[in-house]
Order: sequence, then C-alpha cells, then structure tokens
Amino acid sequence: MTATVTGDEQLLERLRERALFARTETVRLISIAKTGHYSSAFSCAEILATLYYGHMRLKHGEPDWSERDRFLFGKGHAAVALYPFLADYGFFDHAVLDEYTRLGNPLGDHPDMRKVPGIDFSSGSLGHALSAGLGMVLGGRVQGLRYRVFVLLGDGELHEGQVWEAALSAAHHRAGNLVAIVDRNEYCLDGKVNDVINIEPVIDKWRAFGWESLEVDGHDVGALLEALRAVDDPDRDQPAVIVAHTVKGKGITYMEEEFGWHLGYLVPEDERDALEELRRGA
Amino acid sequence: MTTTTLREGSWHLLQLLDSAPGLLSLSDALIELTEQGHPIVAGTADLKYSNGLVRFQQRYPERFFQFGISEQNMVSASAGLATTGLKPYVATFASFLALLCCEQIRTDIAYGAQPVRLIGHHAGISLGFYGTSHHATEDLAIMRSIADLTVVAPADAGALGAALRGTVDHDGPIYFRINRGREPKVYDDRDAPFELGKAVEHGTGEDLTIIATGSMVHPSLVAAEQLRADGFSVGVLDMHTVKPLDEAAVLAAADRSRQLMSVEEHNVYGGLGGAVAEVLAREGAGVRLHRHGIRDTYSLVGPPTHLYAHYRLDGDGVAAEARELLR
Repeated sequence: MTATVTGDEQLLERLRERALFARTETVRLISIAKTGHYSSAFSCAEILATLYYGHMRLKHGEPDWSERDRFLFGKGHAAVALYPFLADYGFFDHAVLDEYTRLGNPLGDHPDMRKVPGIDFSSGSLGHALSAGLGMVLGGRVQGLRYRVFVLLGDGELHEGQVWEAALSAAHHRAGNLVAIVDRNEYCLDGKVNDVINIEPVIDKWRAFGWESLEVDGHDVGALLEALRAVDDPDRDQPAVIVAHTVKGKGITYMEEEFGWHLGYLVPEDERDALEELRRGA
Repeated sequence: MTTTTLREGSWHLLQLLDSAPGLLSLSDALIELTEQGHPIVAGTADLKYSNGLVRFQQRYPERFFQFGISEQNMVSASAGLATTGLKPYVATFASFLALLCCEQIRTDIAYGAQPVRLIGHHAGISLGFYGTSHHATEDLAIMRSIADLTVVAPADAGALGAALRGTVDHDGPIYFRINRGREPKVYDDRDAPFELGKAVEHGTGEDLTIIATGSMVHPSLVAAEQLRADGFSVGVLDMHTVKPLDEAAVLAAADRSRQLMSVEEHNVYGGLGGAVAEVLAREGAGVRLHRHGIRDTYSLVGPPTHLYAHYRLDGDGVAAEARELLR
C-alpha cells in the first residue's frame, strides 16, 4: 500500500501545499471575523486537504452533482479551513471569502448547506453528522447511486450519545461506503478530552460497534491517503473509521502548547508572525 | 396453551393494529403514494407494530428503514435521506419525536429545509396509564415555534390519509400529530376534505364557535350537537393545520360568534389556543376566547377514555365546558 502513495510524491506535495493554504487562509479569514477557531482548523488541515484534493470525487463548479462524494463536517466550528477549498472548486466566488462572517455573508463560523454551495450538510450542534451521513448512504442505496460519504468528527464529539446511535445503526445497515474520520486532537473546550470524559480505548469501541478501524498520523498526508484508499472497497459492507492522531493548533508553536487557542484572535502584527511561522514550517 | 389457542379478546403486540384502524391509513396512504411514483421512504424507531409501518415495510422492504431505539439518529438520518431527493416519513411516539428530537428537527430538518414528514403518533394523553413520559401535551407548542415547519393534526384516519396525500408535493417539512388510531370517525375514509392551511367548517354559530384540532374535533362535534339541542347557535372549525393557521377562518368566527373556545389534547399554553389568541390579539378582535385543554399540568394515570372524561375532553366534557361559558 505504501508504494502506491510514495510513488506519487507530486500529489503528496500538492496535498501538503493545500494544507498550508487551509492554515494561512484560516488565519486570514479569522482576522476578518476577529474571532475564530484557529487550532481546531489547524488540526484537520491535512485531513481536509487529503479528502478534497486527493480522494473525493467532485466536479469543479458543480456542487450539486448527484454522484459527488459527500462530506459532512461534524466538528463544523472548523469550517473556516474548508471554505477556501470550496471557492477553489468554483462552488462560489473567491470574493465571498473576503467578507467572511460579515453581515449577510453566507460563510459563518459553522457551515450552512442552505447558504454555501458545496456544503453537503449544515452543522454546529455536535453529534448529528454521522446520522445524517448514514441517511445519505441509505438514500444513495435506494436510488442506485454509488457515492461515498465522509464524516469528520471531533474527538470531543464522541461524547455525544447520538454518535454511538449512528455507529450502531450504520454497522447494522452495512453502510460500507460510510467513512468516519476522527480528528483526535485530544482537546475539547474544558481541557483534554480524556480528562473531561475519557473516550479510550476509542479504537476498541469502534471495532466493538462493528466498524473497520484504522489509526493514522493525521498530519501525514501519505498515511491519510493510504488509509482512505485501504477502506475504499465497493464490496465492503462494513463502515470504516480512521482515527487521525493530530495536534491541536498544528503549525503554530504557541497554539500547540496552549489549548486556549481553540478560540481566539491575533492582532495584525501577530497575524503576520503566525503566517511567517506557518510558511517557514511547511 | 399457545398464542393461537388463546381465547378471543386476548391479544399481543402484533395484533395491536386490529384495534387501531385509524393507524392503517398511515401505511395505506404511503403505499398508495409510492405506487404512484413518489420517492417515498419510511422509517421508525422500534415501533413499526405500534404505528403500522410494518405494512409499508412488507410492501416496500427496500424503502423501509428500521433505526431501533435511537430516535435522534433516525431524525438526523431522515434529513440525510431527504438531501438525496427522497421523501422520508419517519414515525415514533409524539413525546419522543417532539421533545427528545426537538433540536434535530429544528436544526437538521426545518433549518435545513428538508422535506421530511415527522409522524408523531399517540399524541396528547392517548397513551393513558403509560404516564407522563409517553404523553405529549407540549408538542404543538414546540413544533409551532420552529420556523418553516408546518404542523398538521388530522381528526381521524380518513383525515390523516387525505392530509398525507394532500401534502405529498409540499416542499418543506411537516409535523403530523396523530393519536392512537382508535378515534371515532369524523369523515368517510376516502372523502375527508383536506386543504393545507384551510379549516373545515362544521356549521356556524352566533353564540359560540369551537375551534378544535386533531383528536378533539370529534368530541367538539358531539358537544356542538348537545348545545344545539339546548338551543344554542354553535359552529365548529376543524383546524387540522395548526401552522400556518387559517387566520381568516378564526377572524370570521370572531366576527360571527359572541364567544370562541379552542379545544386541544394539549397544554392550553402555546398550542392551538395560543395560536388563535395571537391572531385575535393582533387584530384587536374583541371576542372572548376560552382555551380548553390540559391546564398546564401533568395528566393523572388512567385509561385514556377515563382521562378524557376527567379532563372534559370527551363530548360531554366539551359541552359542559361550553355551557359554563354560555351561561
């Protein structure tokens, strides 16, 4: 498996570049909003980049293409990192990004399917997305469509009971084209996820619920791509989960060290320094 | 002794529908609409024998989804199903649907503008001695406050079928509030009038107009007969659509009648009576409105028919309540 990915260094370089783009755009957009979820976005930048530029079947300029792969952003508060990709796909004009969160703009902190072309499902209240993704799988089945459904969950989101209702249900309904990715950045708002409410052994839980379960370094685009390809089998009748171990705030040293950067704001001088550090590190 | 050799009158879960003919029209209407080519799917949360969707499952197994005892998962999944162009009809007890799944309904379905049909059955106090956990006397108020959500409470089996058929092409989401399927008939099965947002008038009255919804239409009609026999001029409005409310019908009744009385198997706060009061207040209609229903309390334990009598929600009770107004 490794060979298929390492043989494509050009693609991996592209994915790394897109992840950096997600981070720098996150910094730029939050400077417009003057509040935002920096570190939640940074932990999933490689996951989003790998999905959108390395794996999902999407058509430029056609956000409503019926056979597109679906993406549901369980941890929707990190949507700021996704919006630039959607503009890049031609789903809406880049200029919309420049007014991020300003009065009447379609782009808010949480993604809204009614307002943003390319958002497959609205989120903001944790715990719903896996159920909704299951519904999309079942709907595709009734209509003979073979798209895949990807759901990005926060690790704190696993506290929500509805996630486990959906996990049971998806295994029962043999939702083989449903892939959950857990952004295991280890933090929720009040501290470390495992200190707030312990979720370990998390892989064992998914396995016990009937899910094929993998663990990867969530900042290694090669490993992510490999894992996504490993569970991409049209004959699979088991849903799959990829637990992606990540660092909350990845890319900015002080954000990696202080979980308070879940939410925050950088004044222009600090914003400039942050962008420099991101570009240096990439 | 086996189940099959038990005597007549003994029964178990799988025979429940035999005594709840009003629920048959749920599956019957959905089967009919699916046969006509509507992209219907149905789901329930471990209650297919209680709501009769087992019949739909038997006819269209690939279009039926069992979600088990996970109502919130079912509601969010139905939103996902709807995004693919299907029309999901998902059913569970009204108490669980409207209260347990309120947020999923608001955020995933109503705000998401997904054409899901939520079927809240065994509404009000119709689950009798099952107790407060299974009663829904808040659902109309909750559902009515959710923007873009239509709220319909058909009076009987025929009205339910007509409402399901009459709204199949409706763009937005709908909450249907139905009871336990044992309600006396108000309409013929195939001839129930239904136009979304348009009340059905059962006579007009100068002394009183009773505005009733769902299960309370039948007792209100019985009460109106009794009051007419007493010499009063009484009309009844079947307000099957609680939202959007037929405001014109309410205001016409306010012009015509000296008093109005709303009747619902629901808390007197926030449901049909609340909706009627809002219209009257806004228009400055100087007519007295008496809101009849459950008076901001939790129901006693008891058999449903006994509870209806206790809370004056049967024909005699509605009539007695009205006589006090008309005295």
